[in-house]
Amino acid sequence: MLPAPDQDGTAGRLHLAFLASPLAVRDSLARMLAAQPLRSLSPDARGTAEIVLAEVLNNLEEHAYPDGPGPVSVTLIPVAGGIHCLVVDHGLAMPGGKLPEGKLPAVETRLERQPEGGFGWHLIRRLTRDLTYVRTGGSNRLSFLLAQDG
Amino acid sequence: MQLQTQTRPKVMSVSVIDDRIDAATAIQFKEKMRDITQAGPDRVVLDLARVQFLDSSGLGAIVAVKKLLGPDRVLELAGLTPTVEKVFRLTRMDSIFTIHPSVEVAVSHAASA
Repeated sequence: MLPAPDQDGTAGRLHLAFLASPLAVRDSLARMLAAQPLRSLSPDARGTAEIVLAEVLNNLEEHAYPDGPGPVSVTLIPVAGGIHCLVVDHGLAMPGGKLPEGKLPAVETRLERQPEGGFGWHLIRRLTRDLTYVRTGGSNRLSFLLAQDG
Repeated sequence: MQLQTQTRPKVMSVSVIDDRIDAATAIQFKEKMRDITQAGPDRVVLDLARVQFLDSSGLGAIVAVKKLLGPDRVLELAGLTPTVEKVFRLTRMDSIFTIHPSVEVAVSHAASA
């Protein structure tokens, strides 16, 4: 079982720590969406938040911890205009020490060439603002803003 | 991953009963779809009306099913909920599928065609 979210009622911020596996990512998303600050967003903005957080956490689970589940923490802080998100893990650094470009695969009419992946960073970049990645002291720190209006 | 299938003379519809297709279930979804569609009509409609959430793994699995059907059969989609529709639109994968408002519309479309 995952620990209950550590929620600070006055500031409405949420801090959640867990071991990243596909099922833990799913469970953590459900917890985050059911709690403040995401709970108060419009349905559209909540949908956007779920897409972004799912892509960030799935990428991390797959690439930062390729050998098995590792620790990750998510902090969500309500700020003017949206929610500031900080995601920290202690796994492998991003290749080249920077975020993937997130270039969308070309739309292909030829069936065999149609893309089955490469969508994740495009979605993250399209749906966030102020996306920042820092590798420091063996940790990956990804921060971004989820806009209130989705 | 629970799928419910209905086969008519010219179209098979497959309804996803789970409320999400995500990284935890994408491979299972793809394998079940491959088994279900191994035989049957050339036209397959995937009913996503119950699916509230789809991530890029789920999207990749749907594209993979389309490819598994091969050039002579077709996968169409129906009943996209708002977040699912957003993922298709932002990745432009809405342009490689015929998308119907609902599975009923998709099936009636076949009857009149």
